[in-house]
Amino acid sequence: MAAPQKGRRQTGAPGKPGRTLILFLIALIALVGGMFGAGELTPRLGIDLAGGTTITLKAKSSPGQANAVNETNMNTAVGIIERRVNGLGVQEAEVQTQGSDNIIVNIPKGTNSQQAREQVGTTAQLYFRPVLTLGPGDPSAQQPPPDASPAPSADSSKSPSPSASDKSDKESADPPAAGAPSASETTQGRALTEELKADATPTPSGSGKPDPSGSPSASEPATPPADPATEKLQADFVALDCTNEKARGALGDNAKPGEPTLACGENDGVWEKYILGPAEVGGKDVDDANATINQQTGQWIVQMDFTGGGSKKFQAITSKLSQQQAPQNQFAIVLDGEVVSAPSVRQTLSANAEISGNFTQESAQDLGNILSYGALPLTFQEETVTTVTAALGGEQLEAGLIAGAIGLALVIIYLVLYYRGLALIAIISLLASAVMTYAIMTLLGPGIGFALNLPAVCGAIVAIGITADSFIVYFERIRDEIREGRTLRPAVERAWPRARRTILVSDFVSFLAAAVLFTVTVGKVQGFAFTLGLTTLLDVVVVFFFTKPIMTLVARTKFFSSGGSWSGLDPKRLGAKPPLRRSPRRLSAPTDPKEA
Amino acid sequence: MSRLGDLGARLYRGEVGYDFVGKRKFWYALSILITIAAIAGLAVRGLNMGIEFKGGAVFNTPKTSISVAAAQDHAEKASGHDAIVQKLGNGGLRIQVTELNTAQADKVQTQLAKDLNIPQEKINADLVGPSWGNQIANKAWTGLGIFMILVVIYLAIAFEWRMAVAALIALIHDLTITVGVYALVGFEVTPGTVIGLLTILGYSLYDTVVVFDSLKEGSKDITKQTRFTYSEIANRSINSTLVRSINTTVVALLPVAGLLFIGGGVLGAGMLNDISLSLFVGLAAGAYSSIFIATPLVADLKEREPSIRALRKRVLAKRKAAAAKGEAPDYSDEGPDEPRDAEPDDREIPERDIPPAAVVAGPRSHGGRGRGRPSGKRR
Repeated sequence: MAAPQKGRRQTGAPGKPGRTLILFLIALIALVGGMFGAGELTPRLGIDLAGGTTITLKAKSSPGQANAVNETNMNTAVGIIERRVNGLGVQEAEVQTQGSDNIIVNIPKGTNSQQAREQVGTTAQLYFRPVLTLGPGDPSAQQPPPDASPAPSADSSKSPSPSASDKSDKESADPPAAGAPSASETTQGRALTEELKADATPTPSGSGKPDPSGSPSASEPATPPADPATEKLQADFVALDCTNEKARGALGDNAKPGEPTLACGENDGVWEKYILGPAEVGGKDVDDANATINQQTGQWIVQMDFTGGGSKKFQAITSKLSQQQAPQNQFAIVLDGEVVSAPSVRQTLSANAEISGNFTQESAQDLGNILSYGALPLTFQEETVTTVTAALGGEQLEAGLIAGAIGLALVIIYLVLYYRGLALIAIISLLASAVMTYAIMTLLGPGIGFALNLPAVCGAIVAIGITADSFIVYFERIRDEIREGRTLRPAVERAWPRARRTILVSDFVSFLAAAVLFTVTVGKVQGFAFTLGLTTLLDVVVVFFFTKPIMTLVARTKFFSSGGSWSGLDPKRLGAKPPLRRSPRRLSAPTDPKEA
Repeated sequence: MSRLGDLGARLYRGEVGYDFVGKRKFWYALSILITIAAIAGLAVRGLNMGIEFKGGAVFNTPKTSISVAAAQDHAEKASGHDAIVQKLGNGGLRIQVTELNTAQADKVQTQLAKDLNIPQEKINADLVGPSWGNQIANKAWTGLGIFMILVVIYLAIAFEWRMAVAALIALIHDLTITVGVYALVGFEVTPGTVIGLLTILGYSLYDTVVVFDSLKEGSKDITKQTRFTYSEIANRSINSTLVRSINTTVVALLPVAGLLFIGGGVLGAGMLNDISLSLFVGLAAGAYSSIFIATPLVADLKEREPSIRALRKRVLAKRKAAAAKGEAPDYSDEGPDEPRDAEPDDREIPERDIPPAAVVAGPRSHGGRGRGRPSGKRR
């Protein structure tokens, strides 16, 4: 990093300024070209400047949890939702409570609000449950019409899980899911239940699994013995129609982690129904979740890493399941009451699990993001979704930009008065820096959802001054060298290593601030830290790859090297010592490097 | 400005200068006074926290033709606080006001209904929680703490621990003063304010580091000479980088001043003011502390070091001897802050008398060739 004691080239070698400059300009043109190519000509603005969408969520108190909707849980929910919508910390979404049971989520314009709605509405209650029985989701065995995107249902527990919504969208685009979970088991399970339906008289077995074909029943220790509850489960299972959204929604509401339950899941656009055993592993046992590509199938999956305790539990359940026959060798990954996938287990697994399904990159990332931050303590339902205008009047941005322009003009005037011809280099560098910053911020909008809010605009304006500081440090060093009696060209080269060190040390401090804040904080502060880090890096890039080479080139021109009074480098005005009059008793400046 | 260039040259050569280190007690006292005032302001008046931190009341109106600006005006008059007004998709307004309790919210609701000509029962009032909750605030504090620890470690490695400590004290000094000004002025603290405050972090240190850099160079091999004490070298460093410090500060402050006076003057209160005030105060304090506080503190700390103290003894003894011989006047630690030779043409006098101690040049250099060796090497 910017350790000031970096080994360095000997001074005096001007290097190849022309080549460096050309590379810099190519990069600049590429950035601007990318901007035009992407069709994005302005940076994305935050909600305070451009408005956006506001989503109102209402907390639902589920039966048996009358006091769940309290301040603590609401604040926890705000924190989790905030992290979900601000995945990278630069999206500038705002989350706050309203009244006692509402949460408002404001999303800036330009962000995919559909995606955001799925992110915030999902409770993300995650359970791993062993599959006991499996059957086709539609008693009348009809293909459900693929619903393109899940309409925001009145029922929060049926939060559209990304995989479910994408499967139907992607049906045509996706290859038939070779790696889809339990493709082969499905038919078996289906056959089973076909028989079951024909049989019509459920035979409650210890496992709660009707099994006329006499396959070994899973001996679930946690499963209650045959009792009215189990019978009821069976009857419900037969009656359950998974293609009916209402019926699906009702399932999740009543599911208790410690008891067997019914669930629905979509597999390749076909609904299936399950009887599931008690949850063995829960979302709390998941340490982290990420989207990756499965190397064998080339499909997007979500990989979950378990905590220490979680992986022990997971090992226990998978070793047990791998001994079983289908479908009892499957465990279902249940998200908010819906089976996201139900892979079959062939061997004992421990540290991590993966969820596969017909994920796109985006839906896999969404699910990973949701799982990483944990489940909401409450279930929410979407009350209203509406647009909002900018929180700050447009005149604030306008005034900010005008102020910035005036500030820039003042800086230029000051530089010209003080540095004369040298100011020209500073101005060109500032312009290069401004173009680069603008292009990068614009490209980051669609890239990572970077949105610029008013504080960030002000930060960029302040960065003008901070960038100009680097030039001043360098110019002053050059002038010091000229005062030592050197001519311009050696002065430019000798001043550089020392100016460079000062610039690096001070910029490193700024960058350290940005990096620490970005890593530690959330929300708006994180967005700010990102902007600060970006402008600091660009400052270094511009000074190193633009200002310095230009200075080297300029030093060769007559105008500057002759030290005319307008060049800002007039040795006489700077009070240089006539080099010939050096005396052994000369007082040298303490700023002289080197001392034997 | 040409006179300035000339002044820069003379500052550089140490012909003129201000005795920053010698007069440090005065500046310390001034800083302590300002800091006490800031802390008193905080204690007595406290900070006026905005809706984003405290939460407040929200009023949602049905479809209305009233403009956002007018509604904001009414809401601010009715409540006496900043209001955030947004138009919703259904044509209604969402008005958020920092409020303390339900009773006040009811009053504002009544007033709004009157002002906006909307039946009161149609305006639904609710309390909103902070969008910048405790969690965000706590994480920001944690980040600040970690940053300070890391920066002290970094500066201790890059320079030395004394400079790291001095830089940290200067930084805390800047932040305290800025927060104090907010308490005294009574501006509402918004996320913009906090972000402005955090911007100062890096900048305040930036200034300090530039001076330290020059001090580090100037004080190399300081114990191998007997002409100047550490304090004098430190002072010399400040003076020789004074032009740079002034220029960098002016250049950083100009855009912020533009924001402050245009944002405030043209628009009245608003987010721009919140941000730019904290930036302006912080930047100014940062520039001041890097010159008047940080470097003198380093000199203070250094002078306690045995080798530096021994050097001081040697230097003073040598001067005394010289004075006895009548070669040069006796110099105490307090050098004059007036330039001794004001004629600009001193370049004609390469063999000058030893200038006043407070504004002298650094250690003697040996020879002019082979000087291109990297100066950044440590030890």
